[in-house]
Amino acid sequence: MKRIAIVGGTKGIGRAVARRLAARGDRLAMLGRSEADLGASAGDLAARAPAASAGETVTIRFDLSRPETCGEALDEAASRLGGLDAVIVTAGAFGTQEALEADAAARERVLSTNFTHTIQFCEAARTRLLASGGGTLCVLGSVAGDRARKPVVLYGATKAGLAYYLQGVDLRHRAAGLRVVLVKPGFVRTGMTAGLPEPPFAANPEDVAPAIIRAIDRGTAQVYVPGIWRLVMLVIRWLPVAVMRRVTF
Amino acid sequence: MLSGWGRWPVMPGHERLSEDLAAVTCGATLTRGLGRSYGDASLPAAPGAPVAGSRLADRVIGFDQETGVLHAEAGLTLRDINRTLLGRGWFVPVTPGTAFVTLGGAVASDVHGKNHHSAGTFGSHVRGLRLRAGTGAIVEASPGIEPELFDATVGGMGLTGHILDVEVVLRRVPSMWIVGETEYVPDLESLLSTMLDADRIWPYTLAWMDGLGAGGRGRGVVYRGRWADADEARGRELAWPREIAFPAALPYWALSRFGMRWFNEGVLLSYGRRVKRGLIHPQRFFYPLDSLLEWNKAYGRRGFTQYQCVLPHKAGLAVYRKVFRTIDAQGGAPYVVVIKDFGAEGRGRLSFPCPGVTFSIDMPIADGTTQRVVDAVNDIVAAEGGRVYLSKDAFTRAEHYRAMDPRIDGFNAIRRRWDPEGRIRSALSVRLLGDVA
Repeated sequence: MKRIAIVGGTKGIGRAVARRLAARGDRLAMLGRSEADLGASAGDLAARAPAASAGETVTIRFDLSRPETCGEALDEAASRLGGLDAVIVTAGAFGTQEALEADAAARERVLSTNFTHTIQFCEAARTRLLASGGGTLCVLGSVAGDRARKPVVLYGATKAGLAYYLQGVDLRHRAAGLRVVLVKPGFVRTGMTAGLPEPPFAANPEDVAPAIIRAIDRGTAQVYVPGIWRLVMLVIRWLPVAVMRRVTF
Repeated sequence: MLSGWGRWPVMPGHERLSEDLAAVTCGATLTRGLGRSYGDASLPAAPGAPVAGSRLADRVIGFDQETGVLHAEAGLTLRDINRTLLGRGWFVPVTPGTAFVTLGGAVASDVHGKNHHSAGTFGSHVRGLRLRAGTGAIVEASPGIEPELFDATVGGMGLTGHILDVEVVLRRVPSMWIVGETEYVPDLESLLSTMLDADRIWPYTLAWMDGLGAGGRGRGVVYRGRWADADEARGRELAWPREIAFPAALPYWALSRFGMRWFNEGVLLSYGRRVKRGLIHPQRFFYPLDSLLEWNKAYGRRGFTQYQCVLPHKAGLAVYRKVFRTIDAQGGAPYVVVIKDFGAEGRGRLSFPCPGVTFSIDMPIADGTTQRVVDAVNDIVAAEGGRVYLSKDAFTRAEHYRAMDPRIDGFNAIRRRWDPEGRIRSALSVRLLGDVA
């Protein structure tokens, strides 16, 4: 049984991960903006959990865009769960390149949510996990952060920056017991990607959740989900710039 | 582009998807679930008309382990329900041949299954639901509250409003396994009598018929099943099989009549001539094709149709045979034929099942031929007092459907009460129910 705080667990990949964790008996604290949404998700987890489960899911109102509240929320999670073994961040913002180019406010939201605010939250999580002797920090990046590409210039930049930060934290603090897990999902069918043209290897959230949880359990520094994206991105990273200028993906 | 499971017809448009179904149905003209109806039931009335998708709204709102009452958002799938709750002794009360159906879709189609003779349709196990009516208002409906709206929504093809959440009573099961029997039958007459006999004892029955008849028409296999007692299951572990995706659309000639003929021959041979009995995995018993995701691609880019009609018992063998002779005469190729007898009619105002025998017939789509086959069979069905299943249908003409189903006007009257401006409609309601695109 692990004690886990999760941001973004009410939707998309986070929802699928939270369900699997709860089903195997882990205790969760769900952090999010809307009380009603958190309550509905906690109810979902409770109804799905086998009868003799570890205990009720804790819900904590929290707004990722207010960095000054990160520590407080995590402290509350730790005290209500009796400690924290892992912190998971699956929340993120997305916009198509066209939408983000056209709208400064949308751009600001994606840039700050995925980079500044996520990192501020991770810093709060880092200090708390280290202070309690270690733990796992799992954050969702994206394959879009692996190589600059035409359709994801801005979104990709936030995920590339986030990946650098997480890799650095891993180098610096793993020896002290902080295990950083950077998850790089390919195209996953969620509300975030609804309406986008579907590339090959598209997956459902419940297909990628087991690999994410395995990575959390093992402390794998970096994991592509579905696994095939490791190969795809290997190829894309090696494509010459001249090719990347021509292709549309 | 949107299409149903038959991959025809195809309509330009996309789903508005969100975990927040109440928000995403605002201003939408239709809600679709997993798109597993075969024809145009889940397609917008006009290209690009806003369609909401429910499949991300899949949270359980509450489940009572004592009574089996499940309250959940409309996008929750039967697959998810079974996998989550079978281990705790509960299974969906009624299931079609696939578990890739949302609760909302199961209500809208008022789906039926192998236990129709003993348990009725899905709708008869629904205690209540909430839907966003065409006016935009969110309304509660149940057999006690707004019963007319409830009855029109059950089997109403999503045309009375956007179903937001559903309360359904699950079936308590004594174990996770099915005790099943298969029996070879040499002709249609014995197929029907064997199935009807089995109905008296077995809660689940179904028959498969070799529709291509390399060695005589009407041979087939009757399936019967019931949940195993705890003693019979002997605590055997149950693992859900892995699902594999069908790789790509086969070329249209790959699934040829010749090939299917011998495939059917092989299937028949594999069942032998004796009654076989055994403990069967519920996935294999209820959802034999679900482990192969996107199997509809096997029919190639032209797609396929599953024509399903019900004929009253009084029509009799001669009429059933005439249906297949007519398909032959028009050049149709009934690759897969599934037969089931229905029990009493449910409360749904537009529900498909009524007492009689239902035939569901998979046919690859061929230019011209398919329409001709459906028209010719519909002549018989209308004349005999039968009707077609809207969730499967793609080819029936409005005049045929009207002749088969005098309930249309009553159904539309209820719709208008909740949707005076006629906002909620689908490609199917335009084709068959008199809506304007």
